[in-house]
Amino acid sequence: MDIYRAIADRTRRAILDELVDRSGQSLFELCGRLIMKHGISSSRQAISQHLDVLEAAGLIRTRREGRSKLHWFVGAPLKAIGERWPIATDEDTSNPTEEGIEE
Amino acid sequence: MRINLTSVSVDDQAKALRFYTETLGFRLKHNIPLGEYAWITVVSEESPEGTELLLEPAEHPAVRRYRTALVEDGIPLASFAVDDVEAEHERLVAEGVRFVQPPTDLGTVITAVFDDSCGNLIQITEEKGQP
Repeated sequence: MDIYRAIADRTRRAILDELVDRSGQSLFELCGRLIMKHGISSSRQAISQHLDVLEAAGLIRTRREGRSKLHWFVGAPLKAIGERWPIATDEDTSNPTEEGIEE
Repeated sequence: MRINLTSVSVDDQAKALRFYTETLGFRLKHNIPLGEYAWITVVSEESPEGTELLLEPAEHPAVRRYRTALVEDGIPLASFAVDDVEAEHERLVAEGVRFVQPPTDLGTVITAVFDDSCGNLIQITEEKGQP
């Protein structure tokens, strides 16, 4: 799974946003945040599959805490994007927008 | 028709009774010995005539599998209403309770999830914007 496909989905980007907001979340907490904060009412099974895609791309890691499975964001793979298309130091980087990268 | 009783399955009824009364602060309503187990219910101090919570032994193998799967995904078995999730979180952490989800503002509600040490996750919720 390459990172470009992994982040080419609104729900998966929202999952990463929420894991950046708080590390170490269960599936239940993530689903609650997605529906209440993003209006994403996908089933737990669907979110679980999104998590599998993100994990395969190396963008999240899971760990057991007690008997619960928790999820962490891992930003390192995203460095490949900046290395492939480096930002020139004299470049105007104002007004960044998410338009144009919707799936 | 009224909802007068609901239940949580617990690993150890005596330990559960201590946690639900001494730690959470519910009041014992019934404790009737029934052979190997007992019929134990607790109620809220705020509504002693309200819904009873049965502390049911988790002896059935299917109950164990069901609870294991819920806990793995962080899904609470029961949810209790509180006036102030932050304050309850602080109080319960001081009592040694482990939270899997700290107080989280979800817009219309604030929620948190803790481990009841009897095999379940429990959610507490505070509704925001009440008059």
